[in-house]
Amino acid sequence: MTHLLRMIVEPGFFGNGPVRVALIAGGVVALVSGVVGMFTVLRGQSFAGHALADVGATGGSGAFLVGVNPLWGFVGIGVVAAGVMEMIGIRRPRGRDVATGIVLGAGLGLAALFLYWGTTFTNTTGATISVLFGSMFVISASTVPVIVAFSLLALAVVVLLYRPLLLSSVSTYIATVRGVPVRITGVLYLLAMAVAVSLAALTIGAILSTALLVGPAATAMRLTSKTGLAVLWSGLIGVAATWLGILLAYDSFYWPPAQHGWPVSFFVVTLVFVFYLLAQLPMIGRAGGGRARQARAGG
Amino acid sequence: MTTGQQAATTDRQLAGSSADILAVDGVSVRLAGREVLRDVRFAIRPGEFVGLIGSNGAGKTTLLRVILGLQQPSAGTVRIDGSDRGRHAPAIGYVPQKILLDPDMPLRARDLVGLGLDGHRLGIPLPSRGRRQLIDEMLRAVGAGLFGDERVGNLSGGEQQRVLIAHALISRPRLLLLDEPLANLDIRSEQEIVGLLARIAREQRISVLLSAHEMNPLLPVMDRVVYLAAGRAASGTTDEVVRTEVLSKLYGQHVDVIHVHGRILVVAGRGDGPAEPVGEDGAHCAVQAVPDWQ
Repeated sequence: MTHLLRMIVEPGFFGNGPVRVALIAGGVVALVSGVVGMFTVLRGQSFAGHALADVGATGGSGAFLVGVNPLWGFVGIGVVAAGVMEMIGIRRPRGRDVATGIVLGAGLGLAALFLYWGTTFTNTTGATISVLFGSMFVISASTVPVIVAFSLLALAVVVLLYRPLLLSSVSTYIATVRGVPVRITGVLYLLAMAVAVSLAALTIGAILSTALLVGPAATAMRLTSKTGLAVLWSGLIGVAATWLGILLAYDSFYWPPAQHGWPVSFFVVTLVFVFYLLAQLPMIGRAGGGRARQARAGG
Repeated sequence: MTTGQQAATTDRQLAGSSADILAVDGVSVRLAGREVLRDVRFAIRPGEFVGLIGSNGAGKTTLLRVILGLQQPSAGTVRIDGSDRGRHAPAIGYVPQKILLDPDMPLRARDLVGLGLDGHRLGIPLPSRGRRQLIDEMLRAVGAGLFGDERVGNLSGGEQQRVLIAHALISRPRLLLLDEPLANLDIRSEQEIVGLLARIAREQRISVLLSAHEMNPLLPVMDRVVYLAAGRAASGTTDEVVRTEVLSKLYGQHVDVIHVHGRILVVAGRGDGPAEPVGEDGAHCAVQAVPDWQ
């Protein structure tokens, strides 16, 4: 047993500095992404979430270019993009995709420019890879408190707006009639989502952070019909995928073909997908509700 | 003076008392230069069941929005329970026409009813025995006890209406406002929902204002009708309002009101040409073969 455990958890796994930072930062970010993501799915804003994540590449690459910690680039551009989307009209269901698409296009255009400059001037592709596909193992320990602070902020917004967000997901009319400031609620949520995907862009990459936003939520939805429990599951599934992904990436150092290790983002995203597939199995997903319905139809 | 205006005037005289739950007085609305509502006036007393009838585009939704405070009228006033309405009137329970949830969303019927209690508050709801009992009680009251633990998006149209009614009632409003609750329901669910609302109005003395483009399902339970056509309204009992003279005046063209087996058809035309049904009202009941209500 101990031998088996040794084989999986390589000696020195927990003693390794970058691994410890990755476990903390990656775990916190995954938790926030999962929790925020449940509402992304409930509100039907997955496309907006994806766009905010992709646009993060603009900020990240810009930050690399001028030599600032990419975290600030990711978060800064995310918040700006969320603001622009709101102004263009993400409130209206029909204007939503248009607003998102326009911001996404403009952002990615800039990202292309910044990444091109970054590669030409520095003659490396390091920035491109880490902006697009993450840099979990090279997060500096001093960044961790900032990551935690932003995470708490995004979590606080979602916890505070839990009920108004749910109500306006069901019907904006009901929410308005009940006195919920629907627009402000929507903007604050969009900002929380921008922060969540920006943090995930830092850990698993701007391109992949949507997976951590939407994947765990989509999986959790299959496991329970209770809203609160689904939010909790979503967060935990994200954390599980991230921690397991880090472990596998660490182990993969001795794997073929290159003996350089496989990218951690690949493992995290693949695990999210595997969890989702597992939840589709009839004996795992759809607990409760389906059976009750059959009983009712039968009786 | 037409009978419609007389009916309206009678309403208004009766409405003078402070017992009215809702008093709409001379409300006009202009949207983008077009007059959507003109001088609409009617009142609702406690426990009354009132149908807001009109075809698509007659101004039903706009009128409901004015009553809910989501639309500012260009003239006239709306008084709820004797006072000028603030923006958020707790006295009104509102049931929207449709909800936005997909079938697999993790929100149970009981969660939605619970949001009716405190959905506008900040923070996470704390479970308590009292809260749970209240929700259970409300689910049973609307005949939704069996599917309280089901996902809302997974319910049928009629089941969703019941849950939305429970959601609206749990905050103990004095006026229940429903936007086309019978649209997209099969005939049986339609009858059940109408019966449920009538019982709520009678037993709990909650006034019900329900918009519909089809008045026939409501005929057995409706205390009064507010008939909207081309932005103008006539209100009174069905017999007072749904008459050839009144509706012709309202529509601005001749229409015939025909009674068939306890149901009412409103059709355009003078009788010298083929009669065309007016809006969905006539078209719908012309093809509907339902046994008599009474």
